[in-house]
Amino acid sequence: MSVAESGHEFIDVEVIVNGRTVRSRVRARQHLADFLRQELELTGTHLGCEHGVCGACTVLIDGRTARGCLTLAAQAHGKRIETVEGLSGQGAFARLQDAFIGLNAAQCGFCTSGMLLTAYELVSEKVPRTRNEIRDYLSGNMCRCTGYHAIIDAVASVLAEVAPA
Amino acid sequence: MKAPNITYIRPCSLTEACHILAEHDDEAVPLAGGQSLLAALNLRLAAPKLLVDIGELQELRDSSFGSGDIRLGALTRHHELLDSDEVRRALPLLPRAAAFIGHAGIRNRGTLGGSLAFADPAAELPACAVALGATISIAGPGGARELAAADFFTGLMETALRPGELIAAVRFPAATQGTRYVIDELSRRHGDFAVAGLVIAAPMDGKRVGEARIVYFGCVDRAQVARQVSTALSGRELTQSTVEAVIDAVGEDLAPDDTPGWRAETKLRLARTLTRRALAQLTGAAA
Repeated sequence: MSVAESGHEFIDVEVIVNGRTVRSRVRARQHLADFLRQELELTGTHLGCEHGVCGACTVLIDGRTARGCLTLAAQAHGKRIETVEGLSGQGAFARLQDAFIGLNAAQCGFCTSGMLLTAYELVSEKVPRTRNEIRDYLSGNMCRCTGYHAIIDAVASVLAEVAPA
Repeated sequence: MKAPNITYIRPCSLTEACHILAEHDDEAVPLAGGQSLLAALNLRLAAPKLLVDIGELQELRDSSFGSGDIRLGALTRHHELLDSDEVRRALPLLPRAAAFIGHAGIRNRGTLGGSLAFADPAAELPACAVALGATISIAGPGGARELAAADFFTGLMETALRPGELIAAVRFPAATQGTRYVIDELSRRHGDFAVAGLVIAAPMDGKRVGEARIVYFGCVDRAQVARQVSTALSGRELTQSTVEAVIDAVGEDLAPDDTPGWRAETKLRLARTLTRRALAQLTGAAA
């Protein structure tokens, strides 16, 4: 190779978002959460800190939780992305949503989508968990209403159904 | 905040990635899991011109589990260290270390090679690599080379990587029967950066300690064997007087700086406390 190719400011991506194939041209600097919110108008993915601390922007990439703010839209090329919009109302995710509402775990709602996605990843393992283990797993998601007890109650109630101890 | 304007390229091979990085030297940065790099970009703490996305290169994913020699591809993610039965059997220290790293969403993306190349002094995996006597397999425009982990970390967030070079894999000697591996750390909250942490790899025969390697993180500028502490422990019976000699040596190896919220004296005290706890684990029940 004589002269190595230099980079691009815009990148063509093909991403499967909530089961739908999306083709788009994104800016190199755009992170996945902004892509979902601004280009696809999927505003259920929230942005809090934008440096990976708060967990509000959590989405699933190929089935595993990831920070939407610490992943570039360009890196999502060829990946399956699931957001709160896509999972809403189905299976264990719906049970979590019901439990969050029933046990007052939503409060202001800002952290809720991220909490639900992280909880969904844990619940999907179908392994009985103690409250401390649930707390540990959710520790990367912050709730500024500080309603953590209710959130852990909600996740524990769903886990007790899907993975009885 | 959001990342500054930047350009991006996704090379198709490791060779191409190395050439691009070499060509753009100071302006280009490799992007793997991005869990430290993208945070730094969003905080505008780093401003490279070009991101070279190596995150999908299959050549960096290949791992192999030989009887005595384990090779983990640079793109091995932290959650794979936690979830893999093969890793748990051959390198029991690594899943314990990975459990300290960030949170689930971070561990799903962050990579072994990324952590080593970033060389954050508070990171767990560089300390593990040095304590376990790992070898770093490096790919570069001039070909491949290998370097002992002990020689890889050259300073605060500095490594022996030359322009255009990337970590391809990390080779670990498999855990041996009778060797105890301990990792512990202190941080404000679980998942936060460690204020003080340490890794011990110590062959044990009853209470007698063989050639032990102790590596601190969080309270040091780089991952390296703590010479005085390791010497004070190696070849001794693990008696109360050995423990006190080891604790006394901590101050000879460590010279932490004052940082916001943490005085050097506090870090040193925490390192001593951790060391005492870790030594107690050497003779405990856990492997």
